[in-house]
Amino acid sequence: MSLFLQQTINGIMVGSIYALVALGLTLEYGILNIPNFAHGVLYTVGAYLTFLVVVSLGFNYWIAILCAMAALAIIGMIVHRLVYRPLVNAPHLNSFIAAIGLIFMFKAAMLLIWGPDFKRYPPINDTVINIFGTVVTTQRILIVVITVILIVILNLFIKKTMAGMTIQALAQDREGALLAGINVERVETLVFAVGSAMAAVAAALISPVFLVYNTMGDFVILKAFVIIILGGMGSIPGAIIGGYIIGLVESLGGAYLSTDYNELIAFAILIGVLAIKPTGLFGARSH
Amino acid sequence: MLEVKDLSKNFGGLRAVDSLTFGIKMGEIVSIIGPNGSGKSTVFNLITGFHKPNSGRVLAASENIVGLKPYAIARKGIARTFQHTTIYERNTVQGNLIIGHRLRTKSGIIGAVVRNSRTRREEKECLKRADEIADIIGLYDKRLMQADTISQEEQKRLAIGLALATNPRLLLLDEPMGGVTDKELGPLIELIHKINESGVTICLIEHKMSVVMSISKKVIVLNYGRKIAEGVPADISRNPDVIEAYLGEGYHA
Amino acid sequence: MEQIKKSFATKGFLIFLLIVAAAALPVVITDKYWMHILILICIWSIAAQSLNLIMGYTGQANLALGAFFGLGAYTTALMMLKLGLGFWPALILSALLTSAVGFLIGLPTLRTKGSYFAIGTLCFNVIVFIAIERWESLTEGTRGLMGIPPPAPIALPLGLTIDFSSLAAMFYLCLLMLLVTIFVKYRIVHSLMGRSFIAVRESEELTSSIGINPMRTKLISFTVSVFLASIAGSLYAVYIGFLDPEIASHHVTFEVLLFVVLGGGATITGPIIGAVVVTILGELLHFLEGFRLIAYGLVLVLVIIFMPQGIVGTLLSFRAKLFSRKL
Repeated sequence: MSLFLQQTINGIMVGSIYALVALGLTLEYGILNIPNFAHGVLYTVGAYLTFLVVVSLGFNYWIAILCAMAALAIIGMIVHRLVYRPLVNAPHLNSFIAAIGLIFMFKAAMLLIWGPDFKRYPPINDTVINIFGTVVTTQRILIVVITVILIVILNLFIKKTMAGMTIQALAQDREGALLAGINVERVETLVFAVGSAMAAVAAALISPVFLVYNTMGDFVILKAFVIIILGGMGSIPGAIIGGYIIGLVESLGGAYLSTDYNELIAFAILIGVLAIKPTGLFGARSH
Repeated sequence: MLEVKDLSKNFGGLRAVDSLTFGIKMGEIVSIIGPNGSGKSTVFNLITGFHKPNSGRVLAASENIVGLKPYAIARKGIARTFQHTTIYERNTVQGNLIIGHRLRTKSGIIGAVVRNSRTRREEKECLKRADEIADIIGLYDKRLMQADTISQEEQKRLAIGLALATNPRLLLLDEPMGGVTDKELGPLIELIHKINESGVTICLIEHKMSVVMSISKKVIVLNYGRKIAEGVPADISRNPDVIEAYLGEGYHA
Repeated sequence: MEQIKKSFATKGFLIFLLIVAAAALPVVITDKYWMHILILICIWSIAAQSLNLIMGYTGQANLALGAFFGLGAYTTALMMLKLGLGFWPALILSALLTSAVGFLIGLPTLRTKGSYFAIGTLCFNVIVFIAIERWESLTEGTRGLMGIPPPAPIALPLGLTIDFSSLAAMFYLCLLMLLVTIFVKYRIVHSLMGRSFIAVRESEELTSSIGINPMRTKLISFTVSVFLASIAGSLYAVYIGFLDPEIASHHVTFEVLLFVVLGGGATITGPIIGAVVVTILGELLHFLEGFRLIAYGLVLVLVIIFMPQGIVGTLLSFRAKLFSRKL
């Protein structure tokens, strides 16, 4: 029972991270129709920047997260302007390839600056709490709590603010939005800023638990794509639910089936789904 | 040679084609006309397998081809052009016509590497057919030019040639006169006649009434997905239902 | 027709010269390090030709190249080490096996398009990588598979033998394989089958409407491409003599992608030029170490934005337009 609970909590924690990353990606791919494969490496940058602020600059963890979010928002906007915008009329594959180029660049840069070893934080939020006989650090609980808060904020942002509503308009009908006088370019940049900031938060939250390392974004981005292909392009609920499902399946699968191959699960699921329904679970939008 | 029976297609709540029934006899030139949105292109898509009908049958030489994939239908001898001129733009005129004839060849990957006699024979055959068609469509002198460097009207002829290269028995032309100037109409009409005389049955969707009336043996009129009239051009042009469909109710000639 | 025949004659002569020059390289170059680089260039060129066939000519972004390269490498190595097979049977068998896997993976994935296909194949790549890494009883996992023998010496008349532990012999082997690959690819690309590949790339819809089965065409291209990738992997295994799961990773895929994109999409020389340029520049700039990968990334981004047809592709299309205009 304790193993089950432990793994479920783990799964919810990991699922939160997947949900955050997938949310950012679904906004970019679903609304802007840009398959931002570099989202994963931006996630990694977020982790390193948070680490930098906490360890090298000695600031408080929470301030570090805010800094990382701000920095990634800016980096995300630059990437969109300089790389994805010129490719808007090219086949999606070209954006993919450009993203791979960005991945080369960012990973190499991070390797140069921080080296190949795993980076460890000083103890943060590691007081433990006992839940039904299972011991959990507060950091893990915070991850879930903050994720939920962010999801709520995002929802409010999209539904209640002017900016959010322009994003909705853009999502539904790009031409209509243009005709209605919405500055589409600015909205696109905003979406990228928000998406990248979300990746940063996710990375910042998980890195005290799983440490910071150069390749931490590689599988996460793939899983995020799996999630949005399964959950629906541009669907916020889909990204959230999908994220938690994948997180739980991985954790529980890892515990009860095999720890070696639990990473495979998400990828195998995707191939299985695409085999049956090539356009993804929710159809269309494949390019 | 082609019979459409009770063909229907819904898109969501919209009935695009409604219990359509008509026939095309071998060797005829039949036109399908109707106001915008009357379902004409959808009919072509249903016949050629790009959409699956909700009900009804399409009989090509008495065989029901509903449910077949587009490439299988092309192999059965039904070829089409598209409303927006669709060709291989980065290929040469000749290249377009060669690949158009590919379906009639069998050489595969092994043959490609080994270049046995069948492969070489089929390649020669495709080239010969390509040059023949280039001549028919009047692009022989330009056959080595890249398709995106020839004029709009020439591209239209190329699209027709591409469909012709598949050696079809029935050729479906979707608005072949679209965007063509009056001066260019004559040669295009001549081309269609030439193709028909060589034994190809033709069905076209067209808006230019003058062309429809002069070229067709039979005209079928659609409105809101339903057939409202069918007959020889002279009768159609005087049919009150047809006039009403085009010009609105309450109009009297 | 005459024009084409004439240019072919001069082209043929040029190619002959190039082959002679390439064959003369081991005589001219005595530095072991550069011989090593040349052998790797040959192997990577074959891998690049593989990716180029499915991606450049048929328009399907197969991001599982690393998986098939790795599968070919490990299968050949394991057959030689654990089953005692000779190099040549192992090479063919592993290529056939890997192609079968490719075919089976192609069936579901090729029904998807564009980014979905890219993601799907990338997922497969990761699955293979993880499987190789974790299946330690078979592959030794991250410890690596060691002691892969080079091909057995070949006895020639006059008492001479070709000994593959020499770099020159290895180079000739890889060069020969590369030449065979080029020959096969050339034949395919200029055939009706090759035209079908290109047609599918340009427009699946139009291609279907002219009676060509796009799925079947894609599958054929994919399977041949996997076969080539496997050959490249097998050569790598017997040359380096040591394998670790990294050679089946998506990093391999990305690097070969760089060769193909830089060299040029639908060309035969493109992938080779890409492999040559990147490998040689990479070695020359070795002192830049970490910055090297930044440069690779920057090149990839710049090329895909400004020169998406790559070096050779851009040159060729330039020439085609010029030729068209002259008519």
